[in-house]
Amino acid sequence: MNIGLFIPCYVDALYPQVGVLTYRLLRKLLPESHIDYPLEQTCCGQPMGNAGFQKLSNGLVEKYDKLFSAFDYVVSPSASCAAYVRTFYPLTYRHPCKAASHTMDLVEFLHDVVRPASLPARFPYTVSLHNSCHGVRELGLSSPSEKVVERYSKMRSLLSLVSDIHIVEPERPDECCGFGGMFSIEEPHVSACMGMDKLERHIQTGADFITGPDSSCLMHLQGLAMKSGKQIQFKHIVEILTAF
Amino acid sequence: MTRHAQLAKTFLTCRDAAVHHDHTFWHVRENRDHMAQAVPEWEQLRSLASDIKAHTLSHIDTYLEQFEARATSNGVYVHWARDAREYCETVLHLLKEKDVTKVVKSKSMLTEECQLNPFLEAADIEVVETDLGERILQLMKLPPSHIVMPAIHIKKEDVGKCFEKMLGTEKGNADPTYLTYAARQHLRHHFLTAGAGLTGANFAVAQTGDIVVCTNEGNADMSTSIPPLHIVSMGIEKLIPDLESMAVFHRLLARQGTGQPTTTFTSHFHRPRPGCEMHVILVDNGRSQILSRKDHWQTLKCIRCGACMNTCPVYRRSGGYSYSYFIPGPIGINLGMLRDARKHAGNLSACTLCQSCDCVCPVKVDLSQQIYLWRQELDTLGLANRQKKIMSQGMQLVFNHPRVYSGALRFAPVINKLPRRLTGVRINTWAMAHEMPQFATKSFHELWKEGNL
Ligand code: SF4
Repeated sequence: MNIGLFIPCYVDALYPQVGVLTYRLLRKLLPESHIDYPLEQTCCGQPMGNAGFQKLSNGLVEKYDKLFSAFDYVVSPSASCAAYVRTFYPLTYRHPCKAASHTMDLVEFLHDVVRPASLPARFPYTVSLHNSCHGVRELGLSSPSEKVVERYSKMRSLLSLVSDIHIVEPERPDECCGFGGMFSIEEPHVSACMGMDKLERHIQTGADFITGPDSSCLMHLQGLAMKSGKQIQFKHIVEILTAF
Repeated sequence: MTRHAQLAKTFLTCRDAAVHHDHTFWHVRENRDHMAQAVPEWEQLRSLASDIKAHTLSHIDTYLEQFEARATSNGVYVHWARDAREYCETVLHLLKEKDVTKVVKSKSMLTEECQLNPFLEAADIEVVETDLGERILQLMKLPPSHIVMPAIHIKKEDVGKCFEKMLGTEKGNADPTYLTYAARQHLRHHFLTAGAGLTGANFAVAQTGDIVVCTNEGNADMSTSIPPLHIVSMGIEKLIPDLESMAVFHRLLARQGTGQPTTTFTSHFHRPRPGCEMHVILVDNGRSQILSRKDHWQTLKCIRCGACMNTCPVYRRSGGYSYSYFIPGPIGINLGMLRDARKHAGNLSACTLCQSCDCVCPVKVDLSQQIYLWRQELDTLGLANRQKKIMSQGMQLVFNHPRVYSGALRFAPVINKLPRRLTGVRINTWAMAHEMPQFATKSFHELWKEGNL
């Protein structure tokens, strides 16, 4: 299998270890596969699109298509970016392409394609799941609480393979944390209020860590936690799936 | 900050009220969830409802004519109004014809849209709202802050004080049962003395000519059972083909809106009472324009259940008055833009694109996508925020040029070392509530190039 890694801009600059661990985990689980990271990649365009300047990111979409069209799968450790590529490229950019339709978030790729029966990971802590909106409602990483469908959570299923872990979920498990990219800058008060509410609900579970498939939501919550002196810690899900 | 963001800031300074507001509407959302989960075919119903609306809207000419013919043969007078002005004038004309000086009115968002009340009042006609929430707002001279529970943000103590002054209730008594009883007595007098009853319509059935009105208080029934004249105001999008379709919407509306299996009263008005008159005014007021917009016609499917507001994390934390259009929340953002984009562009920031609204909506209006698309139009309308434009242009420059991008990455960690005085500057609104994230000493890009994984 030919796998292209898409490491979005902010993960690249702020959380490179998330990219590194993604690569190592895929390497380990799929020793036969070819994994590549096209060096010309930058950003999926979402920050500009959300700000109302999708037109300035048309070039990024074409480049994405060019860089990733040859791969069987494009895997990204950022649910929101994967969702943007897969949903918005065909829908609002009107640029349907194989690269976009074969883009998957790491969690769904592991859960649906790799399907590991076990993981050599151990994480003896209580972990609260952060169900990020685009992961849930665009990619279907878990059943959206609004819908009448069978309940499932791909994050929970994967994390259950980790030894000694205790998994919990906050009240209102998939209410938005208020990051929303440009939203957090344009509506700083509502954004902070949503974030603090979310943080409190995570803390109320008694968890040691908050984990999720999106470093962006985690960055927002972590920034709030640090500023307000909360002790809870943060890990991207790949950091737990590879912990020992 | 946008207009919405500023008003939201004010709303949030009163922490207790804000928490109460959030909890109240989240509770409605939870009730809705329980109701929905008890109906196994729920998602099928949503698809069906969406399809029925799409079908009706795409054959609206036929259904309108069918409705008109049926209603007319039932003895109902049907009128057409192109816009708000024509609509208001039609109502006034009907009232003048019968020398009506007072009307009782059940809840109708269309009358709010067309500003009927001030129009009638200017012509010396007394308008009495009979929905309890609407009546409270009318006495307090306030606009609604929600389309289904318009006065829920008002504390019972404040209702008590208002009733003391306006209805002569006991001083300091804020017991809801007592106050409701007082309101009932007060309204009864108006029901008995009004010359006309005005209602909206939740649905209009083309096949039978029925006007369907759903309330919990029975006030629409009171408004129409005593006065000799019944005037129905409805937007043309309220039409549905037949009674089978009505059954689908009946199962959805109250479960969605208030978490009840059904509204307490669902009344089908077929024809005038003996010796009385019934008129229906079909109002366009921009709707056929909306129908022609390929990105936005879906807003016409809306059945005004209010669920998208209740679930919206931003609405719950900013309140109805933070939006410039009288309908707040996700559907209100969109309807406001369709009404007057320049006036209501300040609401577009009130969305994180979390898509919870898309998932609750009983008729699957693509609310968040429409908001996203509206944002794309702001620049063309000359309404884009300059700061955002500059940021986006900067991103375009950096992201489109891999070499500029890697250069920026290499220098980014320098920002970590800047004193907080600089990174925490006022223009950086992020830093008001957050610590800044730290750039890694080496980006993934560099690590990969070094082959150091
Ligand atoms: S858009 Fe959908 S959820 Fe919102 S009020 Fe209309 S029908 Fe209800």
